[in-house]
Amino acid sequence: MTVAQPEALSFECETGNYHTFCPISCVSWLYQKIEDSFFLVIGTKTCGYFLQNAMGVMIFAEPRYAMAELEEGDISAQLNDYEELKRLCLQIKHDRNPSVIVWIGTCTTEIIKMDMEGLAPKLEAEIGIPIVVARANGLDYAFTQGEDTVLAAMAARCPKEAPEAEKEERNAIQKLLSFGKTKEQVDVEESQYADHPPLVLFGSLPDPVVTQLSLELKKQGIKVSGWLPAKRYTELPVLKEGGYVAGVNPFLSRTATTLMRRRKCKLIGAPFPIGPDGTRAWVEKICSVLGVEPKGMEEREAQIWANLQDYIELIKGKSVFFMGDNLLEISLARFLIRCGMTCPEIGIPYMDKRYQKAELDFLEQTCQEMGVPAPKIIEKPDNYNQIQRIHKLQPDLVITGMAHANPLEARGINTKWSVEFTFAQIHGFSNARDILELVTRPLRRNNSLKDLGWDKLVKEEALV
Amino acid sequence: MKLAYWMYAGPAHIGTLRIASSFKNVHAIMHAPLGDDYFNVMRSMLERERDFTPVTASIVDRNVLARGSQEKVVDNIVRKDKEERPDLIVLTPTCTSSILQEDLENFVERASLDAKGDVMLADVNHYRVNELQAADRTLNQIVEFYIKKARKKGELPEGKTEKPSVNIIGISTLGFHNQHDCKELKRLMGDLGIEVNEVIPEGASVHNLKNLPRAWFNLVPYRELGLGAARYLESEFEMPYIDITPMGVVETARCIRKIQQTINALGGNVDYEEFIDNQTRFVSQAAWFSRSIDCQNLTGKKVVVFGDNTHAAAITKVLAREMGIHVVLAGTYCKYDADWFREQVGEWCDEILISDDNGAIGDAIARIEPSAIFGTQMERHVGKRLDIPCGVIAAPIHIQNFPVGYRPYMGYEGANQLVDLIYNSFTLGMEDHLLEIFGGHDTKEAIHKGISADSDLNWTKEARAELNKVPGFVRGKVKRNTEKFARDRNIAEISIEVMYAAKEAVGA
Repeated sequence: MTVAQPEALSFECETGNYHTFCPISCVSWLYQKIEDSFFLVIGTKTCGYFLQNAMGVMIFAEPRYAMAELEEGDISAQLNDYEELKRLCLQIKHDRNPSVIVWIGTCTTEIIKMDMEGLAPKLEAEIGIPIVVARANGLDYAFTQGEDTVLAAMAARCPKEAPEAEKEERNAIQKLLSFGKTKEQVDVEESQYADHPPLVLFGSLPDPVVTQLSLELKKQGIKVSGWLPAKRYTELPVLKEGGYVAGVNPFLSRTATTLMRRRKCKLIGAPFPIGPDGTRAWVEKICSVLGVEPKGMEEREAQIWANLQDYIELIKGKSVFFMGDNLLEISLARFLIRCGMTCPEIGIPYMDKRYQKAELDFLEQTCQEMGVPAPKIIEKPDNYNQIQRIHKLQPDLVITGMAHANPLEARGINTKWSVEFTFAQIHGFSNARDILELVTRPLRRNNSLKDLGWDKLVKEEALV
Repeated sequence: MKLAYWMYAGPAHIGTLRIASSFKNVHAIMHAPLGDDYFNVMRSMLERERDFTPVTASIVDRNVLARGSQEKVVDNIVRKDKEERPDLIVLTPTCTSSILQEDLENFVERASLDAKGDVMLADVNHYRVNELQAADRTLNQIVEFYIKKARKKGELPEGKTEKPSVNIIGISTLGFHNQHDCKELKRLMGDLGIEVNEVIPEGASVHNLKNLPRAWFNLVPYRELGLGAARYLESEFEMPYIDITPMGVVETARCIRKIQQTINALGGNVDYEEFIDNQTRFVSQAAWFSRSIDCQNLTGKKVVVFGDNTHAAAITKVLAREMGIHVVLAGTYCKYDADWFREQVGEWCDEILISDDNGAIGDAIARIEPSAIFGTQMERHVGKRLDIPCGVIAAPIHIQNFPVGYRPYMGYEGANQLVDLIYNSFTLGMEDHLLEIFGGHDTKEAIHKGISADSDLNWTKEARAELNKVPGFVRGKVKRNTEKFARDRNIAEISIEVMYAAKEAVGA
C-alpha cells in the first residue's frame, strides 16, 4: 500500500454483468407510500415471481398491487391490449376504488411495443380514474431507478395552481404541522418562515423522515410547500413555474430532468441528506439558494458526530468495498470516508454526473480532507471481476446484494446487504446512527465470534 | 391478460436453473434483462448456500434489442468456459428471449466450437411450461445428451451392477425438504441392501450420467421431477422405474414391495416383508401413533389439503387412511397433471380442487372452516387470517421451510416427522378454543406496580400522532426515552422537536 495520495476521482465502466433488483421492485415501497394508489405491473410470470419472492411477507397483506400477467395471446396480439387492460382496471376499480392506477411497464411491454402512453389517456377518460404510466423495466434501469420513472411520470400530474377552495388545505406537510390549530395560529406560524420562493422536495421517504427533514428546514425558516410523492395521490404538490425543487435521493435524475424541462422548476443541486455531513451540506445549499443565512449548523453537526463516536471507533481505518446495485453508493461512501473508512471501489449501476455533481464534488473534497485515496467509481460493474478484486484486496466490509453475501461470508469476508440501506431510514441528522448501526453490525457480530476459528467455511479449492 | 397477485409454480427458467445448479460444475447462462437473476438470491438465501450460485446472465438491454444478442451470448459463454471450466454450460431462455425469437440454438453451436466444455440450450418455452415441467424436461435433456455422447464415443458401460442397485432421480436444489428426503432414501436403500448407483441431479457430475444404465432400476420419489428422465431410460435400456412416493407408512410399504417385485423380476431374490413389519410396528412411531389415544381425539376432524401433486396426494392419504381425519378438500396447483391427482386422492376426500388461483383456495377454506390446513405458505397466511392452524407441506416456501435439522418427509423417519407436524397443528388449534371458552390464561386482572405507562408529562397532539407512527414493539421504549429526556431538561410539554432531539441525544 502506497501512502494516501489525494487525487481526482476516476471513472470506469465495466460489462454490466452485475446483480441487482429489477426496477419493478419500486412498487413495494411506493404502494405503501402513496396510500390511495394501485400499482398494476404489466408483465409476465417472471416479473410476478420476482415481486412475490422479493416482497416476502408483504404479499400476504393484500397489497395494492397486482400483475397483469401477459399470456401467449397477448404476445401474439390475438387479444386486444385495450380491451384486456380495461377489463382488469374495471375489476381493480370495483374491488379497491383507488385514486390512481399506476401502470408499470416491463421488458415484455417494451419488446412487444405496447403503446401504454397512448392507451392510458383513453382508458382514463373511459373509467374515470387517473392512469399514470411508468416504464420501469430491466432493459433500461436498475432497482431504485424504478422509483425515478414513477416519480417522473407523477411530476406531469402535479397541479400548477392550487384550486381556490383547497389552497390552504392542499399541502400534506403543512396540514400535519398545523394539525388542530386555528387559522390565527397558522398565520403566526407562517411568520416563522423566511420570505422565499416555493420549494418542493422530491423522493419517496417514510413519513417520519419526511417530518424530520421538513422540521430541519423549518428551523432555518424554510418552508417546504410540498413533497413529490405525497401521502396520497390527491395531495400531489403544486409545482409553480420558476419554483425551486431539491432531490433527497441520488437515483432521481429523470425526475429532476422532468421537473426542470417540463415543469420549468429550478433544481437545487446539493449533496444528499445522508449522514450528518450530507444533511448539513444539503440544508446549507438550500439555504444559500433561497437566500437564507443558515444558523447553528456547525454545532448541530458536531453534536451528531459526538453521538456516533462509539460506532466510528469500530470502523475507523477499515476499508469498505461497494459492489453497487442501488445508486446510494456515492453518498454512503462519502459518509463512511468521513467516518474514517477507506474505500477502494464504488460500484454503481448508473452514474449521472450532472445530477450527482454536488455529491461527487463533496466526495472528492471529503477524501482530500480525510487524506485518503479517492475511490475508483465503476459504472455498470462486472460482479465476477469484482469478486476477483475483493479476493485480492480483502476489504474489511463488502456492501453487496443478497446473491453474493452468503458466499462471501463463507470465505471469511464481512458483508452487509445493500438492500437494507434502501428500506432503512437513513436520511437526516437523526438517522445517521441507523446507517452506522447497519454498517457496523457485521463487524460487531463477527467480533463476538472471532475467537472461534470459524471464519472460513469453504474448502480451500473452492475459493472464488 | 390475467389479474394475478400470487403464483404457486414459478416461471420456466427457474426450473431449468434448479436443475443446472443442482449438478456439480454445471453453469447456467440466462438470456435475460437486468434483475432476472433473482434465482441467485433465492438459492443463496433459502438454501443458505456457501458457494456462488453458478448462474450468470447474458444481459438483454437496449443495444441487444437493436443489434441482436449473438456476439454477446457467444462471448459470455466462451468467457464463462474459460473462467470456471464448467463441464456443461446450459443456455437458459427466459420470457424475454421467448418473444425475441433469436436463434439461440445457433449461438450454442457457435459457442461450442470455442468452448472446452459442453454447451446446450435448454429446450423450454416460457409460455407453455411452468417451473416444474421445465425442471423435468431439462433433467431429461441433460441425461439424454450425455447418454448419447457416451454411446457415440463407445463409453457406455456394459451390464448391471453385481448387487441390486438404484438411481434416485429428482432430488434438486430449492426442492421442499429434498436434501433430507435424499438422506432418508439412501438410508432406506442401505437397509434394504440396495446400492445407490447415482443420485441426480443434486450433487451429481455430468461425467457420471453414462453410468445410469448400470442400476437395476430407477426410483422417482417426486411426481413433478424426474419422470421424463426415468421414461427415457426405460425406453432406451428397458430400465424399470418406480414412481410410488414413499411418504406415510402405507405408501412407504407399497414402494418397498414394488422394489421387491422389481428386483425379483430381474433375477434377484429378496423378501422385505419382515423389514416392513418390523419398521411399521416397532421402529417407526407413526403406526403406533395412529393407534394411540392422542390420535383418537383427531378422529373426524375436518381438514383441507393443498399443494403440489406429490405432497398434497401423499398427505391426503396419510390423514385419511392412517389417522382417520376427515379430508374435506384436497387440491393441487399442478393443473397440467390433474388426472393423476384425481385418481390418487379420489377415494380419500369429499372434494377435489384443481386450481392455481390462490383466491379460489382461500374462499374454499373460508367456506369449509376446517380445524387445520395443510398447504403452502399461502395457505398458512390464509390460516392466520381465519385463525386456523396450518402445517406447511409444499412449495412455495419461505426460509423457515429450509430447516438445518433433519426433517425428511419420506421413509419411516419422514412418517415420524409427519406425525409431529399434523399433531402439533391440531393441538395448537384445540388450545386456542379452550382459551377462548375459559376467557384467556388467567381471568384475574394483572396488577402492575413497578412500571406505569402513564406519566405527568404533556404530549402535544402532533407528537402523540408521531409517536403512534413508531412501530408498536419499540413505541414504549421511545416514549420512555423521550420522557426521561424531557424530565432531565425540565421540559413540560413534548413536541415533535423534543421527540427528535431526544432520539438524537440517546442515539437510538
